[in-house]
Parts: sequence; C-alpha cells; structure tokens
Amino acid sequence: MSYVDLSIPDLALAALLLVVNGALSFALGLRFELSLAVAALRMVVQISAIGMLLKFVLGQTSPGWTALVGLVMVLVAAFELLRRQERRFRSWVMYGLGSAVLLLTGGLGALYAVAIVAGPELLSNPRYLLPVLGMALGNTLTSASLSLQTLAEGVELERGAIEARIALGATRFAAFSSLLQRAFRTATTPLIAAMALAGAVAMPDMMAGQILAGADPVAAARQQIMIMLVLAGAAALGALAAAVGGVRLLTDKRHRLRLDRLAQA
Amino acid sequence: MLKVDYLSVRGLSPLSFEVAARQCLAIEGPSGSGKSRLLRAIADLDPADGYVFLEGVERREVPAQQWRRRVRYVATEPAWWARTAREHFPSTGRLERLLSSLALEPDKLDAPLAELSTGERQRLGLLRAIADDPQVLLLDEPTSALDPPTGALVEELIKFQILVGRIVVLVSHDAAQIGRLAHARLRLLAAEAPRANQSAAA
Repeated sequence: MSYVDLSIPDLALAALLLVVNGALSFALGLRFELSLAVAALRMVVQISAIGMLLKFVLGQTSPGWTALVGLVMVLVAAFELLRRQERRFRSWVMYGLGSAVLLLTGGLGALYAVAIVAGPELLSNPRYLLPVLGMALGNTLTSASLSLQTLAEGVELERGAIEARIALGATRFAAFSSLLQRAFRTATTPLIAAMALAGAVAMPDMMAGQILAGADPVAAARQQIMIMLVLAGAAALGALAAAVGGVRLLTDKRHRLRLDRLAQA
Repeated sequence: MLKVDYLSVRGLSPLSFEVAARQCLAIEGPSGSGKSRLLRAIADLDPADGYVFLEGVERREVPAQQWRRRVRYVATEPAWWARTAREHFPSTGRLERLLSSLALEPDKLDAPLAELSTGERQRLGLLRAIADDPQVLLLDEPTSALDPPTGALVEELIKFQILVGRIVVLVSHDAAQIGRLAHARLRLLAAEAPRANQSAAA
C-alpha cells in the first residue's frame, strides 16, 4: 500500500492554481474572484466537516448513528433539490416529495449496493454505507431535479394541449405522457453520458480515489462498475418517481390540471 | 337531461338550471363575465362547489375521465399535442363524412397543424370533440374564427347534433346565431353578482 497522507501545506499548494485564477480575474476585472473564493472556502469547510464527522461516526458502534447521519444527508439533499427548482411547487409539498424520492431511491440504491459489495453483514457498517449513500444521493438529486424542472416548465408551455387531452377524457398520466417522456429523457441524459464517457474520457472519481489510496486498479474498476450500475439505476428510478410525484402534485383526484399549485415565481 | 344545481363558479353566485336532450341553451354575457368558467366547471375541468347531474348521475359519482367523455368542453381555440390532426382523432370510419360536412378536404388531416388556418383548426377541434359521440356539448364560441358561410356549416352540424339527441350549451356573442340555435338563454352579468337560480328549463 502506498497511501500518501497530505499535510496542510500540501493543501495550500493545491490552492495555488485557484489563487492564480483569482488574481487573473481581479487584474482583468472579470469579477468572479469573490464567488470563486467563497465556493472554494465553502468546499474546504464542508469537506473537512464531513471528514471529521465520518471519523467520529465510524468510531461509534451503534447503528443508530449511521441512521441519523444518513437521514440528515437525505434532508440536506432534499433541501438542495428544492433550492434548484426555478418554478417551485408549494414548498412544503415539494420538500416532502423531494425527501421521499431521495430517501426511497437513493437510500434503496445505497442499501442494495452495500449488500452486494460488502455483504449483508456489513449493512450496519457506516464505513460502507455512508459513502455509497452520499454518491447515490448526489446522482438521484441531479436526475430528480432535472425531471421536476422539465415537468414544471413544460406544464406551463403545454397547458393547452394537456387540458385538451383531459377534456377529451384522458387520465392525468395519459394527458402528461409526452411531457413525462421528455422529463424522463432529460433527467437520464447525464447518466447515459456519464456511463458512455466513464474511463474513456473521464476517470470516475471513486475509482481514481481508490487507486490513489493504493487499491489494485482491476479491483477498483470492478467496484466502479458495480457502483455506476447501481447509481444509474437508482437515479433513473429517482427521475421516474419525481416525475410521477410531480404529475400527481400538478393534478388532483378528478384529473384536473391544477397550475394554482405552482408557486408564482 | 343536464341539471346544474347551485354550481358555484368563481366570480359568480351559485347557478341552477336544466337543459333537456334535444335542447340548446345559449349563455350570453360580456367578456370576463364567467361564461367559459361556467362551461369548464360543468365539464369538471375546474373545481367548483355544487352539483351537476347528467341523467340523474352527479359528476362526482363517476370517474372524471368517464364524465368528460360524456360531457365535452370544446375550447374556442383548440390545442394540439401531435403534429397532424389525424393523430388526435379516434379511429372512426365516418371521419371523412364529418370533414366534408364542414367543407374540410381530407388531406387537411395529414397536413402539419401549424400550416392550417385558425378557422380550419377551429373546425377540426369541433370534429375532434364530437367524434366519440359525447352526450353533452359545451361549445365555447364555436364559430369565432369562421367566415359566415363556414359558420353556417358549423351551425348545421350543431343543429344535427341537437336533432340526434345531444344536449348543447352554447357560448356565443352572436345574437343572431343564438336566435337560430338556442331554445333558451342565460345571461351572465358583468363583474357584479349575477342573478341566482336562473331557470332556463326548456
């Protein structure tokens, strides 16, 4: 094993490239130095915090801690999902839908992945579960968010066509079928692109991390394949669940279109 | 028999009226007086308190899709979800006959909808709405985009629908058209509260 531990000065050196960028931005009046600095600082604080938190949680033996941290991760991801929507549903409903979708698909994906990688006896081991949950949530968040965004924007543009189908006796899902298709296609495009490019153009982050940490590249590749398959599956399910939930929010039991449920932007 | 009982449409006081089969009720009133909202509420496209009965069955007693297959709202400007009109029609053998009754050539069915005139689309929208034989037609200004001769063809089609037993509720700004088609009329007043319990039984 050739694991390289980084010191604080090493990290400062790593920031040098960004500092050069910031200086250029300042010198040329591009005005992005401040947002660059804030984003970088935010990243440093968040990653350090999650590192320390994970160290603490990994030291605990009670599975309650794992569950608690997992739940907090889901709620934070749901908040982020809500923040990303330009045309929002009434927020508490949206928050509920987001949490449910993320918990269901991200959580199930993570549990399923860990059960395969590490074996079911390690399900309660936070060292496996939490990082996989984090990756699953990130993927599901992106696809669910794209799906809802496409749906919310499309429903205003295609309101007439959707209502025409409803007036002709279609169910709400039949009336939304072309929009649902589009939402699902938009949401899964990044997943398909990521799988198509993985390894050929972009080195997947997890595999890169494992190789940096001294793992056998072939073993790392196998883990990456497994994780990509499970994450893509979970994210696609997330997109579907979000779209179905979105249609239910935008219509009522009498299959009426209820745009009044979209908050005014 | 279509029976509207204390139907509360936004901006109107509750309305009650009845229209029998083979009858046409015209709804008049200035723009913004709630004519379209009333039709939409009858088709259960907007939430509204109160009751609407068709042959004694209240709208909430049947699945919404089934209600709208029997009680059909026909918007002034029909909206489309596919490229050509044909994709919007149920497959029925009498489509060509319906088209010719409104002076539409059969090739209009396969032309891109964007290339048709507003009047052609309005006629196709009406045909789409009657192709699966709904019992009640709620027509929202069905001839607004048509010249007088074509409008007369649409009126003939509406008369035929009434003759074969349909119930028609017609929103129109054309007093002469109302005179030619309607058996009773209901006038909605602007802004201020309209008269409640207007009885327009035929």
